[in-house]
Amino acid sequence: MGRYVTRRLLQMIPVVIGTTFIIYALVWALPGDPFAGRCGARPCPPAYVQAMTDKYNLDDPLPIAYVKYLGSLLQGDFGETFQGLSVGEELLRAYPTTVKLALVAIAFEILIGIGAGILAGLRRGSFIDNLVLVSTLVVVSIPVFVIGSVLQLFLGMRWGIFPATVGGDASLYNLILPGFVLASLSLAYVARLTRTSLAENRRADYVRTAIAKGLPQRRVIGIHTMRNSLIPVITFIGADFGALLGGAIVTEGIFNVPGVGNLIFRSITTRDGVMVTGAVTVLVLVFLLVNLLVDLIYGWLDPRISHG
Amino acid sequence: MPVSPRRSMVLGTVAVALVLGACGGDGDDEAGESANTVTVRGCNPQAAFVPANSNEVCSGDILDQVFSYLVRYDAETGQPENEIAADITSEDSKTWTITLQDGWTFHDGSPVIAQSFVDAWNWAAFGGNATLNSYFFEPIQGYADVQGQFDEETGEYTEGSAAAETMSGLQVVDDLTFTVTLSQPESQFPMRLGYTAFAPLPESFYDDPEAYGQHPIGTGPFEFESWEPNIDVRLAAYPDYNGEVKPSIDGAVYRIYENDDAAYNDLQANQLDIMPLLPTSALAGDTYKIDLGDRFLRRETGVFETITFAAATAVDPRIRQAISMSINRQEIIDTIFAGARVPATGWVSPVVPEAQDDACGVYCTYDPTAAQELYAETAGIEEPLELTYNADSDHKAWVDAVCNNIQTTLEIPCVGIPVVDLATFRDLVTNRELGGIFRTGWQMDYPSLENFLVPIFATGASANDGDFSNDDFDRLVGEAAAATGEEGVALYHEAESLLAEFMPAIPLWHRVNIAGYSTHVENVRLTVFQTVDLLSVTTTG
Repeated sequence: MGRYVTRRLLQMIPVVIGTTFIIYALVWALPGDPFAGRCGARPCPPAYVQAMTDKYNLDDPLPIAYVKYLGSLLQGDFGETFQGLSVGEELLRAYPTTVKLALVAIAFEILIGIGAGILAGLRRGSFIDNLVLVSTLVVVSIPVFVIGSVLQLFLGMRWGIFPATVGGDASLYNLILPGFVLASLSLAYVARLTRTSLAENRRADYVRTAIAKGLPQRRVIGIHTMRNSLIPVITFIGADFGALLGGAIVTEGIFNVPGVGNLIFRSITTRDGVMVTGAVTVLVLVFLLVNLLVDLIYGWLDPRISHG
Repeated sequence: MPVSPRRSMVLGTVAVALVLGACGGDGDDEAGESANTVTVRGCNPQAAFVPANSNEVCSGDILDQVFSYLVRYDAETGQPENEIAADITSEDSKTWTITLQDGWTFHDGSPVIAQSFVDAWNWAAFGGNATLNSYFFEPIQGYADVQGQFDEETGEYTEGSAAAETMSGLQVVDDLTFTVTLSQPESQFPMRLGYTAFAPLPESFYDDPEAYGQHPIGTGPFEFESWEPNIDVRLAAYPDYNGEVKPSIDGAVYRIYENDDAAYNDLQANQLDIMPLLPTSALAGDTYKIDLGDRFLRRETGVFETITFAAATAVDPRIRQAISMSINRQEIIDTIFAGARVPATGWVSPVVPEAQDDACGVYCTYDPTAAQELYAETAGIEEPLELTYNADSDHKAWVDAVCNNIQTTLEIPCVGIPVVDLATFRDLVTNRELGGIFRTGWQMDYPSLENFLVPIFATGASANDGDFSNDDFDRLVGEAAAATGEEGVALYHEAESLLAEFMPAIPLWHRVNIAGYSTHVENVRLTVFQTVDLLSVTTTG
């Protein structure tokens, strides 16, 4: 177990270095001078361009500039945005909101997705099963910005049940609407995955044995069938959680959630390369850690999967 | 259902994480806004809140509420009036004596004196400080001496390389008087003193400019309370504000939205009070009139769009005039901009108090027959016309419409060429790598004739993207700068009319801002700079 985790952690080092280099190179390799458009129709004062070029090491060859960047990154310094704000602080400010939003979304996926999947899986071919299949099909086929805008229009603006946007007040209640929208697509997948997996396992040998032993129905389904059926679902939810922590550009935009997605989107449009690289580096780390965590949870759920 | 220890572990982790998530994060602000506070749509500033580094709407919008300047522009007419200045006089338009009113204070309580201006301007102009707005101080004597040099090896500024620390043209006479000597006479100099770059700064600024940029201390009707990047900027009315009109609201919150439509939805839900510029989606089909009733206002602003000819394109001015005459401006405005533009009839925005009507005359009027006749007189152009624009903004629709006009009327093949974003596009323009014609826009710094003519069309000027050069034009604007009053205005008008003969850039249209507001506010007005006039706003309680 310990060796496994160590090995996985060591594997992360080349991945992180590789991805940050690619992002760094791509961000600064964009054609055109990033300071050319900042003074409207005039070129910016030469002293300003000179000072900024120096600050971001833009006149160094790419590998040297990258090594300088990596050097300060290792000391925990993410650099400064064009606004003169610390990239690290910006990320710290945006992350709690994104984490909260992701957790709300995951809660919806677990409650509604798994719930509906179990109901459908236990009564295959019934009305409920068909209802779940049709409604998830509908959700899967609608783009997320349509779901977001429609829910915002009715629940937020017409009926005033939820605030139309979140803004600075990212309380749990305010995040329910965007969290649900964010979860909607995965929720449909979770429901279908749970249903199929449960239905399959109900025909498995050990379930038949359990029934033959005379165990009550609740125990057969609740303990023996469920635990095995949830493995693919947990994999999916875990990967989804990692993706959600990367911020949701569309949903955060619609509901004005000041999270990581919003931050990255703005930094890309203003060509704030240091901010983009810093944010993506953190995203890569988070994604790798979440994946590791999911792999460890497998061992808990199914002792047959062992990490030695 | 009995729960196995393993599953309870997983569920427990999820539950704990949810609770932690709910408690974590200090962004929560349950205080709510007081009844007499207004919320305004804000955006993320591109630089910290230092006047010398503020050159765009997001930060300018806020600084204009936090600062009072020597002059202020009337929100209705754009006419400059003395604000902190008691008097601005000059005998030769070259040496200006500026006296200040007594009684103005910074928000930290220190008095506003002549030194506050002189030091601030010297700081902004100094090369080592590398400010975005340093070129506004170029006309002042001694500007070149404070620029200094950057080390070629390291790229860093060389300490002590400037010939002087301060500009020789700025002299403090006494606490309330200072003189400004320009390197050339400039009769409209006082007009520009209400621009953000010319703000005074308190002593405390020089101790730590970076900390100041996070929390500016100004002289204006509103004090800066806090800035939470990506979330909001909070302002509170300054009780000792010395201006004539005091704000009637207690404060304002500039709530930051990345997405226009999100802000517009909040406006409709009455969760946002003022949105100074409605999104294109709301303008289409006049949707905003249905959504907001009569809670909107229109305001012409100093944003002007043109098409510039690259220096080598259509050298014969008659071709340029014919192209201009083949563009049906009104039709494009009605169909594409839903009325949020007015056709241009000259090169100066109508918000400038002395702007003349119809400087461009017939050459900016849609007349396909006349355009064809004029074009037939010329040798014509051989190659297809390429109209380049930046594709990261809503430009494609009108570019295609303009090209379509040109093609239909003059039978010149015309294609729109998108460039990925503004930075790349401006880089191509600045390095003169574009041929054909390209989109240009001008957002005025201050409402004066000079600001629409000299920086764009004078020989070698900073925004002269088409390398237009005409001795008569240069002479006229030079004489206009030296002349005073009516005479100067007449000379600028003459210079503007001269542009019609050469058509270095085709005037297209001026931007009209359409703002919307909630039922919580009344008396909303916009300034010529597209910002909200918070002095006039009242709340309905």
